[in-house]
Amino acid sequence: MKRINIITGHYGSGKTEIAINMALKLKEQHDNVVICDMDIVNPYFRTNDAKEFLEQKGIRVIAPDYASTNIDIPVLPGDILSVFTDKSCYAVLDLGGDDDGAVALGQYHRYLKDEDYDMYYVLNALRPDTSNIDDIKALAANIEYMSRAKITGLINNTNLSYLSEPKHLADSMEFADKAAKALDVELKYITGTGEMLSALPDKAKAFELELFMKLPFDALA
Amino acid sequence: MGNKVLMKGNEALAEAAIRAGCKHFFGYPITPQTEVSAYMAKKMPKIGGVFLQAESEVAAINMVYGAGGAGARVMTSSSSPGISLKQEGISYIAGADVPCVIINIVRGGPGLGGIQPAQSDYYQAVKGGGHGDYHLVVLAPSSIQEMVDLTADAFDIGDKYRCPVMIMGDGMLGQMMEPVEFKDTDTASLPEKDWATTGTDMKRKKNIINSLFIEPKDLEDLVLARQKKYDEIEANEVRYETEDIEDADIILVAYGTTARIAKTAMSKAKAKGLKVGIIRPITLWPFPYEAFEKALADGKKKTFLAVEMSMGQMVDDVKIAVNGRADVDFFGRTGGIVPTPNEILNKIEEIAGGDK
Repeated sequence: MKRINIITGHYGSGKTEIAINMALKLKEQHDNVVICDMDIVNPYFRTNDAKEFLEQKGIRVIAPDYASTNIDIPVLPGDILSVFTDKSCYAVLDLGGDDDGAVALGQYHRYLKDEDYDMYYVLNALRPDTSNIDDIKALAANIEYMSRAKITGLINNTNLSYLSEPKHLADSMEFADKAAKALDVELKYITGTGEMLSALPDKAKAFELELFMKLPFDALA
Repeated sequence: MGNKVLMKGNEALAEAAIRAGCKHFFGYPITPQTEVSAYMAKKMPKIGGVFLQAESEVAAINMVYGAGGAGARVMTSSSSPGISLKQEGISYIAGADVPCVIINIVRGGPGLGGIQPAQSDYYQAVKGGGHGDYHLVVLAPSSIQEMVDLTADAFDIGDKYRCPVMIMGDGMLGQMMEPVEFKDTDTASLPEKDWATTGTDMKRKKNIINSLFIEPKDLEDLVLARQKKYDEIEANEVRYETEDIEDADIILVAYGTTARIAKTAMSKAKAKGLKVGIIRPITLWPFPYEAFEKALADGKKKTFLAVEMSMGQMVDDVKIAVNGRADVDFFGRTGGIVPTPNEILNKIEEIAGGDK
């Protein structure tokens, strides 16, 4: 994985779960790992919700003063600059959904343009607004325009929440390949729980997720 | 996988409204329901509908009044502080017998409050946030699928009885993602809107949409006629779900997200050998008194435990329903704090322990 890993895509596609898991994976290989919650759109189900857990794992969490604070307007913390100035750190930047969320990255263009980064577009083919190639292309173009950054890879995270079946992911592979081709990028990872990944014929790109965003009626909550 | 897709509560609501024939949406953004407006802004132009972000919630609800009066299927959406602003318009709409659908994705209050989930707008929705003798039909889904199904029903109920209908969800329902399926709906059996201001073509008498009646006798007659309609709604539209209320010592009463948390607590309590059931009101007005009659039918001693994300609002209706025939207790969290299953379990155990 590269030093800077940016997670973008349609809202509700699983960006935050992937960002958290990617930070954990980076931590296995590097000492200095930071995750930035750059979501300026969505007040619920955020990276910051897993802050305590991530910090226990030795991962630095940078989050905006927004949800669950007394500030109603999201402000990106100055700390985010440290991702670009401290070249020894490995970072995951979790953007908000759609182009509305990707806009938060734009102001860092002057730093990002000299970096070798990856920006992953997360796809859930069972999200109705990204279930055809034209919509995906349009959204990806808007995200690139607003973020002033280039999408470099696709992550297929197709799932149906608690009704997910392994075949949902396996059946979406053909579509995910098409989407990657349409965006002119490589399909980098296929993500899901261990069970979801079990039906994949080719597991070379499989990336197993542990899920952190829990609903309040989950028995363990 | 059928035709199931994964959707966020707010966008599912908007899509369900469009599928129910809503082609007019007037709103103003506010967390945690903004995705309703955003979805409408994106989709309405594609289907030849109207999306308008008004200059304020007050303007939006009055646009709803106008479009509804002209016979359109129309919706507005907001969250608690925005719904407070709409109350004058809601009262006018009720007073002019205009159908429309109003979404409230409730957040913590009072005042600007917070942006996390709450149920502290129950009084406002059910006891009349605006002035005058009127009711809103208030539907309280507890899953995204139910949000979708009730949205179609809300438009039908509104058109059938010529009244405003509110769908009241909490921030959690608006923001969480769940699998949903959209079913075809049938509106063929609804009455024609021969009262709407659609233009006379010089062929009929003018239709007038109005809530001003200076003559007391005229106004009383209208209010009495409307009350008959409310009686009909109370007779026909009550909805609720019960689970294991027969033979229960403790019956939980909860709606929306809280009902699902309460059900998790109920399973945990049962695993400990306690006899617990649940009543989940789906219509908050009309309140499902019938469910309580069923639960009380055996005449045994029992406790009703209302669980809410508020300081206790629906619990008043539980007391009216129980009318002294059983104990009524309450557990709630407020300010945007969502109760956990274990907190509710502790309360259940406290009540069960006290009985010994």
